[in-house]
Amino acid sequence: MSVPIFYYQALAAVLFALGVLGVLTRRNVIVIFMSIELMLNAANLSLVAFSRLWGSIDGQVFVFMVMVVAAVEVAVGLAIVISLVRNRDTVNIEDTSLLRW
Amino acid sequence: MTELVLFWLFAVVAVAGGIGMLLNLRNTVASALCLVLTMLALACLFVLLLAQFVGVIQVMVYAGAIIVLFLFVIMLLNMERDTLGAETYPVVKVLAAIFTVAVGIKLATVVATLRTPWAEVDEAFGTTREFGQALFTDYVLPFELASILLIAGIVGAIVLAKQRLE
Repeated sequence: MSVPIFYYQALAAVLFALGVLGVLTRRNVIVIFMSIELMLNAANLSLVAFSRLWGSIDGQVFVFMVMVVAAVEVAVGLAIVISLVRNRDTVNIEDTSLLRW
Repeated sequence: MTELVLFWLFAVVAVAGGIGMLLNLRNTVASALCLVLTMLALACLFVLLLAQFVGVIQVMVYAGAIIVLFLFVIMLLNMERDTLGAETYPVVKVLAAIFTVAVGIKLATVVATLRTPWAEVDEAFGTTREFGQALFTDYVLPFELASILLIAGIVGAIVLAKQRLE
């Protein structure tokens, strides 16, 4: 293994930061969802790298569970987006601030 | 050496996909396709880290199922580009950029201290066989709970998205 663990973790940090930036700046609900997926993927990369680092398969099982939860989250989230568009005719989160303080 | 070259190749593709997703202000489909690029690059990195099975399900579940679901919903809604609404104010963008850089620097300083050498692993590490053995012995309870979660998710999605019947 000629690549240090630091490289993989730094890449995961960069991807996570990009996801954070997307959630904070974009106002399209679907793009915000995709940014959340990007953050989950960054965490997955970190878990897989550590799993390889310690030579233990547990991290990969954890990634599998993260993927299951991400799939459920996307299915329910996109259903919410569809019903949002049906009721409000918008995907802009600025228009759906009813529950904000 | 080959590994280092491959790592940089896939790392650049992954970051480029992420940036492309953020910068596509007008076209959501293009954003989703950029995300596919990131996920495929990450699948290659998983294989590089001897996680073959996870790499394969990354391609099938993420790049396949999840992104197809995204594209399906984007095209189903068929929103006019103008109704996507203006993007956020410049002040928020600057604050968000500062916050993101702070998060990135914090994470980088934490991982920069990592100097642990890679563990020696045998040939079987990360294969479907070893993965399945771990999943169905030590982690069989979380596995069953995941199936319950999937059922709940399917039912929830159908209830939320179905057309109201008069």
